[in-house]
Amino acid sequence: MNITLTVNGGEHTADVEPRRLLVDFLRSTVGLKGTHIGCDTTSCGVCTVLVDGTPVKSCTMFAVQANGRSITTVEGLKQNGDLSAIQKAFKEEHGLQCGFCTPAMMLVGTALIEENPDPSEDQIRWAISGNLCRCTGYINIVKAIMAAAETTREGASS
Amino acid sequence: MYPAKFDYLAPETLEEALSILHERGDEVKILAGGQSLIPMMKLRFASPPTLMDINRLPGLSRINRTNGTLEFDALVRHNDVVKSDAAKANHTVSRAAPWVADPIVRNLGTVAGSLAHHDPEGDWASVMLATGAELVLTSSDSQRTVKIDDFLVDMFTTNCLPNEMVTKVRVPAHSSRGGGDYQKLERKVGDYATVGVATSLELDEGGRVAKAGIALTSVFHHNLKVPEAEAALEGERPSDELFAEAANIASQVCDPASDVRGSAEYKRHVVDVFTRRGLAKSYETAKGGLT
Amino acid sequence: MTATEHRPHTPPEIGGLGHSRKRVEDARFIEGRGNYVDDIELPGMLHMAIHRSPVAHARILSIDTSEAEAVEGVVAVVTGEFLAGYNLAWMPTLSGDTQAVLATDKVRFQGQEVAAVIATDRYVAEDAARMIHVDYEELEPIVNPQRSLEDDAPLIRDDKEDVESNLCYEWDSGDKDGTDAAFAGADKIVTLQTHYPRSHPSPLETCGVVADVNPATSQATIYMTSQAPHAHRTVFALVAGLPEQNIRIVSPDIGGGFGNKVPVYPGYVVATAASLVIGKPVKWMETRTENLISTGFARDYYMKGELAVSNEGKILGLRVDMLSDQGAFYADAQPTKFRAGLFHIVTGSYDYPVAHVATRGAYTNKAPGGVAYRCSFRVTEASYLIERLVQNAAYELGMDPAEFRLKNFIQPDQFPYHSPTGFVYDSGDYEAALRKAMGMVGYDQIQAEKEQARKEGKLVGIGIASFTEVVGAGHGEDYDILGLKMFDSAELRVHPTGKAILKLGVRSQGQGHETTFAQIVAEELGIPADDIKIVEGDTDNTPYGLGTYASRSTPVAGAATAVISRKLREKGKKIAAHLLEASEEDLTWDNGKFHVAGDPESAVTIQDVAFAAYTNPPPGLEPGLEGVHYYDPPNMTYPFGSYIVVVDVDPESGQWKVRRMVAVDDCGVKINPMIVEGQIHGGLAEGYAMSSMQYITFDESGNCIGSNFMDYLIPTAWETPRFELGETVTPSPHHPFGAKGVGESATVGSPAAYVNAVIDALQHLGVTNIDMPVSPDRVWAAMEKANSG
Ligand SMILES: Cc1cc2nc3c(=O)[nH]c(=O)nc-3n(C[C@H](O)[C@H](O)[C@H](O)COP(=O)(O)OP(=O)(O)OC[C@H]3O[C@@H](n4cnc5c(N)ncnc54)[C@H](O)[C@@H]3O)c2cc1C
Ligand code: FES
Ligand code: FES
Repeated sequence: MNITLTVNGGEHTADVEPRRLLVDFLRSTVGLKGTHIGCDTTSCGVCTVLVDGTPVKSCTMFAVQANGRSITTVEGLKQNGDLSAIQKAFKEEHGLQCGFCTPAMMLVGTALIEENPDPSEDQIRWAISGNLCRCTGYINIVKAIMAAAETTREGASS
Repeated sequence: MYPAKFDYLAPETLEEALSILHERGDEVKILAGGQSLIPMMKLRFASPPTLMDINRLPGLSRINRTNGTLEFDALVRHNDVVKSDAAKANHTVSRAAPWVADPIVRNLGTVAGSLAHHDPEGDWASVMLATGAELVLTSSDSQRTVKIDDFLVDMFTTNCLPNEMVTKVRVPAHSSRGGGDYQKLERKVGDYATVGVATSLELDEGGRVAKAGIALTSVFHHNLKVPEAEAALEGERPSDELFAEAANIASQVCDPASDVRGSAEYKRHVVDVFTRRGLAKSYETAKGGLT
Repeated sequence: MTATEHRPHTPPEIGGLGHSRKRVEDARFIEGRGNYVDDIELPGMLHMAIHRSPVAHARILSIDTSEAEAVEGVVAVVTGEFLAGYNLAWMPTLSGDTQAVLATDKVRFQGQEVAAVIATDRYVAEDAARMIHVDYEELEPIVNPQRSLEDDAPLIRDDKEDVESNLCYEWDSGDKDGTDAAFAGADKIVTLQTHYPRSHPSPLETCGVVADVNPATSQATIYMTSQAPHAHRTVFALVAGLPEQNIRIVSPDIGGGFGNKVPVYPGYVVATAASLVIGKPVKWMETRTENLISTGFARDYYMKGELAVSNEGKILGLRVDMLSDQGAFYADAQPTKFRAGLFHIVTGSYDYPVAHVATRGAYTNKAPGGVAYRCSFRVTEASYLIERLVQNAAYELGMDPAEFRLKNFIQPDQFPYHSPTGFVYDSGDYEAALRKAMGMVGYDQIQAEKEQARKEGKLVGIGIASFTEVVGAGHGEDYDILGLKMFDSAELRVHPTGKAILKLGVRSQGQGHETTFAQIVAEELGIPADDIKIVEGDTDNTPYGLGTYASRSTPVAGAATAVISRKLREKGKKIAAHLLEASEEDLTWDNGKFHVAGDPESAVTIQDVAFAAYTNPPPGLEPGLEGVHYYDPPNMTYPFGSYIVVVDVDPESGQWKVRRMVAVDDCGVKINPMIVEGQIHGGLAEGYAMSSMQYITFDESGNCIGSNFMDYLIPTAWETPRFELGETVTPSPHHPFGAKGVGESATVGSPAAYVNAVIDALQHLGVTNIDMPVSPDRVWAAMEKANSG
């Protein structure tokens, strides 16, 4: 089936089998490797991307379902060539170790801040509870999202 | 990890969708949120020949509150319920929603899909049993309204016919003297219930229980409504003892299996504890409306 | 040595030890530009999927691959029989046993590799793998080591000659008679029988390989998820009979390892053999299910510990009897000499004269492994046992568990301390760490709150663990894997412009080596850390080393880095003397500069020296400023700490929640405090996972329960406790800069603290033990049992 997706602002058209998962489409067809695969049961969330702004586990959506939709992956987080607030905050707060869960965590954090510019620690923990991290114990991921929210708020008010 | 091959249909209108079901309902599986179906297909527990994606059907994503009824369209996602003010009209519903799956899965999974799937470990079916919900089933030539009790047949089985689709789920709103709750023992976020208990209470003007609803998750081969416990409550004046009595009945009626989540005895015990707690919390809300 | 304060002595621009330097590697990860094995795509690359046994124990009668071969897109189907033609049906394990690559005679665990499909697409490979049909004659599955050792148990390893039972090893340590005597004279004997359940490291990236063998040149480039690329190259050379110089192992970015990526797995070997035969690159990435059911598990120790104590509260001796469940092949990644890893460190942080540790392992119909999951070779099991025992001993004596520990700790002046099972603890101040943790948590206050809560019918518990780790394997005399001595290496090249490249035999999997190893060089040579590039994970480009696990990178490769830096500094001094026309003895070194003593104005920088090394070396001196050092550690290092956990237990449902988790760690001198904290956070979270929910079990047919993330539970941010960290600093006396290694302390130490806390909440009811995971149903069952008995 022929489909066209907007990925990080650019259009990608391809002929795919209906069974091809969105995550494989992004990784193999579009060639963006920042979206990862970590499980077979929709549990780990390392495949999370934004579909029309909403976090979705791309291992549990077929590429054909995303036909005509707009996808944001980690590669689309930079704005005008600059790292986004959340990217900077993950580095600054040591929010990553092996980096495997990081793209997903940053995307979920981005969507959260969009919806709730001033999230509490509990709200952040709740929002990322569909995403596993095996390295960090989450402490610094939470801090990073908190810090990104703060810089985003400051940026908006200045 | 990868599903078997299938054909994919993505109708743009409800009429088109229904006519596909009319013609080929037996081989076509509806794809709603996909959060139960796709995982099963990836593990090849399910290999449907054809999927019909209903996500492109317009106007199926509303939550409406009218005349004491809360109405969910087929594509209302779990997180739509979490975020909806209207959904607070039924306390059992609004308190259950954040317990379903995890925050990312909730962005896609639908209430209707969950009911149509009827996994006995699913949360929504218990909520609907406790609150007395009904579903609207639509086919290309008819539409019928079915009580949730009749809709759910057995695990993974409902009485939705191959040519039908669930188009609406209707839940009675709680009155100002109503309350409800959902208690869930899960081992972590994203885990299905070890035990789930949905409760709903309506009080009469004098403060007695006018209507009670209790339903259980994961402790029977399907979601289990407990009319015996409901009957024990109705007409009575709420008290800790009364709730304990109803909880005891619920714990007797259920029939959980022993597994890694716990022994049957443990689960029975949790049904007892959680029914009590759920009723107390429901009552807490309901009595706020007494004058 | 005792606890000291440690402050950086380089300025931030240089960024030596003690600076919380931001991580260099983050730059690629936050842009999604990491390079993990699954990200590698080569021209013409094929994909592999493995067909696995659905049953735990069965004889293979026949394998029919014809239907699979007929699937469009399938290039080849590989079976054990085919591999046998290349002498590749079996391979050695890291414990000197053998393991089937693809089963030929029998399958010995559910999920064992039976055949593999190579196809043009991963989806097609998986379709075809399902079309392989195997006829089995089922045999009795053995699902626990107790049954395994019974006389009438069927023999699992009938492939091995002269093997008559399922006993896999038997090993003991310490003084049996002396221990028996101590027990005979004891006032009380405290016993604890517990099972440390089977666990799995399950990093979020599963294991995988892209094997690229060029049939024309017989050059094999193998990209794989490897924590030990050099050791793996040697294993590949031995297994596949390929000349070692033609094998290049590349371990690109690793999405977490935790011990899972130490062994060589059948999938790697099959993919390599397939690439060799087909002449095209072959990729194999495990699914999560494959990862959980077939690759290196951890723990699974049945332990009985007995502590002999006096009424005054002194420990007199320890006796341990342990039986391990090894699965179908003995594949522990561990030093050859120690058959149960370093489990005999089980005497812990306490001073007593005698101990005896008897260990046995049995084959069962389960996946092989026994990897050091965020652990230094079984020290996790050991630490758990002694810390649980000590807690129970305090209860039996009517003493406060903290007081009991303080009374029995090895004292700072006793180091180096010779333990009853033969370890020489290098340094420690256990009391300081425990007192610090007690201060942070407000121990007396919490005890009072606990008593008050009890009166109100609530259950609050306080759990302590004062663990001692043993890491940094290890001295060549005692430590080898398959004969390879456990040294590690560093090659440092300082370029003419004063920038440097450091090449290591280890491999980071998230620990941040690219950041921290540059800090070591910066400390020693004064070259700004930002000017130093770290290379690791490519055997063609790095010196030989045994790899990253068992918290050994900093103690061993870190030491190698410091030593080679110092060697180059010594050489630099000669060059500086030449440049300054002074004599070497008159030169003073100060953060990257040599100057004549008393005349700081006359300094030459390390950059000047580097330039001169290539442009103006002193006559008679070899030009260049490069070198390599192989470090054989004189001893292990012994990090330690004290953790205190406070829990609230729901008396009705058995659910428990961590109210406080205070962790005081002492890992000696820290290279980068920020990264150390991150390592501790991660370990504390995994300790919580093991104590509360994460384990693998089997039903009586040998079906694995815990084969995916719906059943193998990893806590999310929502369940994971908030941690409060503290530190003491007791430098290792024998490590070049006093570091001890920290990657695993928290996983080792914390499980006992969590479990002790829950037991503490219930012990007045008569509960003395709950095996992990301490799930709500087990808590409830323990309370019920105590109530009824
Ligand atoms: C990690 C994870 C954790 C989860 N945890 C929970 C949990 O704790 N509690 C819980 O209740 N659920 C849980 N779920 C399941 C989740 O709630 C699903 O969203 C839900 O069960 C199915 O809804 P869906 O819209 O995704 O349906 P789909 O997966 O699209 O469909 C499910 C079935 O219903 C049928 N169907 C769907 N819509 C209709 C319709 N309108 N008319 C007729 N038939 C229809 C489909 O044909 C299919 O057979 C979890 C899922 C995941 C992946
Ligand atoms: S890969 Fe684990 S949730 Fe998608
Ligand atoms: S940083 Fe490794 S999984 Fe999160």
